[in-house]
Amino acid sequence: MTLNVRAAIVSLLLLFVILVIWEALNQAPAATTALSEYELLMGGADQQARVPPPSKIIGHAYDELSRPFYDAGPNDKGIGIQLAYSLYRVLTGYLAAAIVAIPLGFIIGMSPLMHKALNPFIQVLRPISPLAWMPLALFVIKDSEQSAIFVIFICSIWPMLINTAFGVATVRADWVNVAKTHELSQLMTAFSVILPAAAPTILTGMRISIGIAWLVIVAAEMLVGGTGIGYYVWNEWNNLDLNSVIFSILMIGIVGMLLDLALSGVSRLIQYEE
Amino acid sequence: MSKAFVSVEGLSKHYPSPGKQSDLIVFDQVNIGIEKGDFVCIIGHSGCGKSTILNILAGLDVATSGGVIMDGKEISGPSLDRGVVFQNYSLLPWLSALQNVNFGVRARWPNWSKAEVEAHSTKYLNMVGLANSLHQKPSQLSGGMRQRVSIARAFATQPKLLLLDEPFGALDALTRGIIQDELIKIWSADQQTVFMITHDVDEAILLADRVLLMSNGPNARIAESVKINLPRPRERAHIIDHPGYYKIRNHLVNFLVNCSNQPARADSDRHATPIEIDPLVEVPHAGEEKPVTETGAGRKPAGSSLVSSIDSAPSLACRSGSDSTIF
Repeated sequence: MTLNVRAAIVSLLLLFVILVIWEALNQAPAATTALSEYELLMGGADQQARVPPPSKIIGHAYDELSRPFYDAGPNDKGIGIQLAYSLYRVLTGYLAAAIVAIPLGFIIGMSPLMHKALNPFIQVLRPISPLAWMPLALFVIKDSEQSAIFVIFICSIWPMLINTAFGVATVRADWVNVAKTHELSQLMTAFSVILPAAAPTILTGMRISIGIAWLVIVAAEMLVGGTGIGYYVWNEWNNLDLNSVIFSILMIGIVGMLLDLALSGVSRLIQYEE
Repeated sequence: MSKAFVSVEGLSKHYPSPGKQSDLIVFDQVNIGIEKGDFVCIIGHSGCGKSTILNILAGLDVATSGGVIMDGKEISGPSLDRGVVFQNYSLLPWLSALQNVNFGVRARWPNWSKAEVEAHSTKYLNMVGLANSLHQKPSQLSGGMRQRVSIARAFATQPKLLLLDEPFGALDALTRGIIQDELIKIWSADQQTVFMITHDVDEAILLADRVLLMSNGPNARIAESVKINLPRPRERAHIIDHPGYYKIRNHLVNFLVNCSNQPARADSDRHATPIEIDPLVEVPHAGEEKPVTETGAGRKPAGSSLVSSIDSAPSLACRSGSDSTIF
């Protein structure tokens, strides 16, 4: 048995154990008498609210996933629509950040002057929680949708910027010398030597950024409301629909994992071995 | 005095020292002339500035004073006219062997079609025996194969001057021998002008027309220019049978062991050329000790014979006492 197969068996076993314990701990006591109409409405005679057991969540997930794109008004949209809104915001903000961060990172990495000049700004702006920008963004942009995108932009710019600058600054001098002895122009050197040499480091920054962006979008959408998976979680909490809350938590995890997998696939393409 | 093809004139390199001490002078008053088609090796102990000289020739480093003139033009930066093979191969690891050579060829002839570039690169990779590894990445190649790619890349761009910075330094002896043979083969086919740094006396004798011996730094000089007057083509297996081989070898080793520590000559003639020596030419008073003899520093009349004579350079007269063949 290969290591992978054994690891998969252990994973499944763990999942099973967790689900069984979860299921067992969250059973409502069986009703001893017939339920009243009120009790039927509230879902049982139990006085205590419980986390829904996995069996219920799986049933709910099946329902939701079988019609992901229905739209029955602002308060009732399919999970696919909500995720699509969030992905749209994340990808827009993220791409905008990449367009700014990668060229700027090149400049910082190639010019010690720019590195020293811009470093104080980066060090002060980087630790700011992205949500702290929200009020200012709302005031300046005057649009909640675009403010959310701005928050994604501002949180995903730093890892890309810092990694690009680091990757570019640490390209081996030998490779730059190869470009010099072949009389490559600055631009050609940047594209044919420095970019491929720094690409793995840049991709690492991009991977960190997409992870952070996906973390932040949930919180941002809880604030701005309207649409998106973050809004959906909060809205279902307000609806006291814990089935949906747990289901959407799982969906957030799965989409985040897929985003990371996509970027790690790209980084495998441009990885090189010295 | 007619200018050589490559003329290094009064080259010196200083590094500022911390505090108020005077600058650290790595080397000073280095004068070298290299004729077209020459294979010149430079030998010296670590730290004497050999690599710095090579980097200045390549245009990657700047001299503190003095300059280099090649083909009538002063060297002011890196150029495709001067190809460099670095000790650590300096291949781009994300490109295959063929792509690495293509990289050089495309830079040299930007207007060539893809097919022309590939055909030219493949030809040179075949010359170094890598016909079967065209599409392998450097990480999949052994050290020797990587250095072959690097040599192919340098030769493929057909530079006017080829600079080799200890190209075989990191290779084992067997591989080194094979690649030396390949280097001779390409060099005799292309008649390149080559300037090479080496630590290996035998390698220098096998490859070079002339060996420049550098004294130790700081304040290093090129003390001697030793002519390797052995017939070509040379082969590793047979060159040691030549009667002059050990004479040359002893002279070189003797210098490295005994003479390279001598302080630099006092008379700082800016245009002092290194003393020219041909160990195969019998010196009038050559005794059992094989004394090393020189002409006066820098006073060699133009077109002088290779016969040396002792005159006014006592500080450089260095007598061999040890048995240098132990090396």
